[in-house]
Amino acid sequence: MGEFAIEMLHITKRFAGIVANDDITLQLKKGEIHALLGENGAGKSTLMSVLFGLYQPEEGKIYKDGKEVEIRNPNDANDLGIGMVHQHFKLVECFSVLDNIILGMETTKGGLLKKDDARKKVMELSERYHLQVEPDALIEDITVGMQQRTEILKMLYRDNEILIFDEPTAVLAVQEIAELMQIMKGLAAEGKSILFISHKLNEIMEVADRCTILRKGKYVGTVDIKDTTPEKLSAMMVGRDVSFTVDKKPARPGRVVLDVNHMSVASNRHKKDAVHDVSFQVKSGEIVCVAGIDGNGQTELIYGLSGLEPLSNGTISLNGQDVTRESIRQRSILGTSHIPEDRHKHGLVLDYSLENNIVLERYFEPEFTDRFGLLKRKEIREYAQRLIEEYDVRSGQGAVSVTRSMSGGNQQKAIIAREIDKNPDFLIAVQPTRGVDVGAIEFIHKQLIAQRDAGKAVLLVSLELDEVMDVPDRILVMYEGELVGEFKPDEITVEELGLYMTGAKRREQA
Amino acid sequence: MRRENEKKSFEQLLNREGVQSLIASFICIVLGLLAGYIVLLCINPAGAGRAIVSILKNFMYFPRPAVALEYFGSTLAKTAPLLMCTLSILFAYKVGLFNIGASGQYAVGAGLSLYLALAFQMPWFVCLAAAMVGGGILGGVAGALKAYLNVNEVIAGIMLNWISLYSVNMLLTKVKESSTTYTGALRTNSPGALLPSMGLAGLFSGNKYVTIAIPLSVLIAVWVFVVMEKTKLGYELKATGLNKNAAKYAGMKEKRNMILTMVISGCLSGLGAAFLYLSGIEQWSCAQTAVPAMGFNGIAAAFLGMLHPIGGIFSAYFIQHITSGGSYIDKMVYCSQISDLISAIIIYFCSFVLFFKVCMKRQLSKKKGGQ
Repeated sequence: MGEFAIEMLHITKRFAGIVANDDITLQLKKGEIHALLGENGAGKSTLMSVLFGLYQPEEGKIYKDGKEVEIRNPNDANDLGIGMVHQHFKLVECFSVLDNIILGMETTKGGLLKKDDARKKVMELSERYHLQVEPDALIEDITVGMQQRTEILKMLYRDNEILIFDEPTAVLAVQEIAELMQIMKGLAAEGKSILFISHKLNEIMEVADRCTILRKGKYVGTVDIKDTTPEKLSAMMVGRDVSFTVDKKPARPGRVVLDVNHMSVASNRHKKDAVHDVSFQVKSGEIVCVAGIDGNGQTELIYGLSGLEPLSNGTISLNGQDVTRESIRQRSILGTSHIPEDRHKHGLVLDYSLENNIVLERYFEPEFTDRFGLLKRKEIREYAQRLIEEYDVRSGQGAVSVTRSMSGGNQQKAIIAREIDKNPDFLIAVQPTRGVDVGAIEFIHKQLIAQRDAGKAVLLVSLELDEVMDVPDRILVMYEGELVGEFKPDEITVEELGLYMTGAKRREQA
Repeated sequence: MRRENEKKSFEQLLNREGVQSLIASFICIVLGLLAGYIVLLCINPAGAGRAIVSILKNFMYFPRPAVALEYFGSTLAKTAPLLMCTLSILFAYKVGLFNIGASGQYAVGAGLSLYLALAFQMPWFVCLAAAMVGGGILGGVAGALKAYLNVNEVIAGIMLNWISLYSVNMLLTKVKESSTTYTGALRTNSPGALLPSMGLAGLFSGNKYVTIAIPLSVLIAVWVFVVMEKTKLGYELKATGLNKNAAKYAGMKEKRNMILTMVISGCLSGLGAAFLYLSGIEQWSCAQTAVPAMGFNGIAAAFLGMLHPIGGIFSAYFIQHITSGGSYIDKMVYCSQISDLISAIIIYFCSFVLFFKVCMKRQLSKKKGGQ
């Protein structure tokens, strides 16, 4: 019995044209929480796929408890006690929690399911590790947090010893993140070994014992968390120093660009308005941030502003022109750009090439379509290549890469390039840094501020408190579809902001 | 060294998308023929070899070149409508819609063109236009149901297939021959409705069924290719098919695009029917209780042609070639249904083409991984 639960030694995995993992070593001690840190496209997913048997490495060896093992497919991984909670859950929506946990491991008698034993075991595990679930609720009816706990129980039910969490906090609300951290610590204390993939440095600092850093497919190093700082970690990850504080000059707001009056948007889910009687302005040369806990009407607010959903009441004007009834296309032409919340749902046609996505909102302009309705492919290519270079969008085959094959951060960069290069008067950015790494976050924040300094009106919607405090010039807090307060970032603390976001306090607007 | 280079360039060739498609299509054809042969062997081993050869030979069954050429013309005349159905299917498919209603649109095209021809003695171009409009409207109905009510276009398409079949039967009963179930022959009843030959018949030993429909269908295939790949319209339609939320976000009219796709797809199917019936090669049977197979064969041809309009030209021809060839199987040895059965088996295998392509890709990447 060695000290390590899993050792991956000198793993090299090549794909056509690139080395995804170049001589990477990862040693997971028993009972530790080991973070795996790296930018988008650094090779984290590939390494985990190797451990899970989805890819075979060209070089390198894997040891489990000191014995060399060969993992040819996910079943081998499962037999070795390796389990994984994927970023996007793999649950059957219309099955109950219990059914999902036992799926593939059902105990049967004479061909009939015997769920009683399974239920007992699940409830025991649930109590032991403080993983609260409702065994008979359907997945589609429970919160994301409980879905995640279901996934964790699934691993425990299979007696997995090595648990991989792939960016588990990306989908969680603030309180749920704290809960998950407790759960992970509890699991480690019970002797489980945990691999924690994340780009959120504060979470790594809080929960992990050690951290292995990858950069561009190469092994950078493994550090003890107690001997390091977030600054050191990010420097190792990005390969240079990253500033966490956002440098910016004081805003010089000019004329009113966006003027919203008594805007309401109906909800698809309940009878109440998702956005109720909201009025605010955004001026040129300022960044206004809508802060709030997810699901308080921010999404619908933006749908209303961009034209994806009609208003049930109120007006919107852009540069003094009433656009309340204008189409999405017309608002875009009049100077609205929109970095959407969900880049896969709205932002990109994933099976289109990168260049096709870059002209997604401009393909019809005379610059890209001639008078016979034929696309000017050469001009599109040149335009795409210019943006790819300017915004450092990385992909396998440049302009012709299928967008689906690109990493999340680079997909986001492509959207940002497209929206900013449209040269809008009014830029909407909804959670623009969601799921992207520290280096890209810094880049995106700089771009937003550059837009502000160029005299654009920027409306930022964010759930990240750091971003809310650092980037904008004004903060609007949204709670249950209404604006409950307006602040300058320097006149409020994070704690106080939290009170407004949770509805404990409200300040009537003047 | 040189051999290595050769091997390398061969592998590069194998990695090219187009080459893989071609090989996969070819494998399908061979396997289909093999399966057909085995079935023939099971039924009657004695005549199997001859039967499969006659399917493959089709018009070459006739030793005299002039006669063979004439029958080649007939096969081409039937290829044109199949090509239109193929284009109809692949156009919708590329935009993310499965137009299984092509058969119904085809039936409506047949009904309208024949009715206008026989009841009102309309000239051919009016009949052609009517078939196109009729098919387009029917396609549009399925598209609108999908866009506004989220009714799956496959369900809507199948329902509409039957509705249109029986409606067309009813309509055409008014212009059928008194003694048979077939509609009146155009040549005697409404010669003005026959598609002009423009001298093409002369090229095929005077086969009068060879009309402008054949070059027209090829031109339309090229048009479909240009629209899909080169135009703003194709860009929009494909974006809508691949991700309608993103299309809406980008300011495209995603509902309109969905309906427009089905309208164009329906127009193509409707036109296909007119290409067949206005050539006079066949008459519509008002007693038929099955939806025309043309629309379904279009699915197989579309896949065999790797969903490429130009590939579709060749795959449609191949499928028509063996379908026509089936009729030359010796009826003394095999029962008369055998020709349809064997063609069906071959067509069935043709739709496996994507499967083979995936297999091939996997093999190639494995080989690469091992190096």
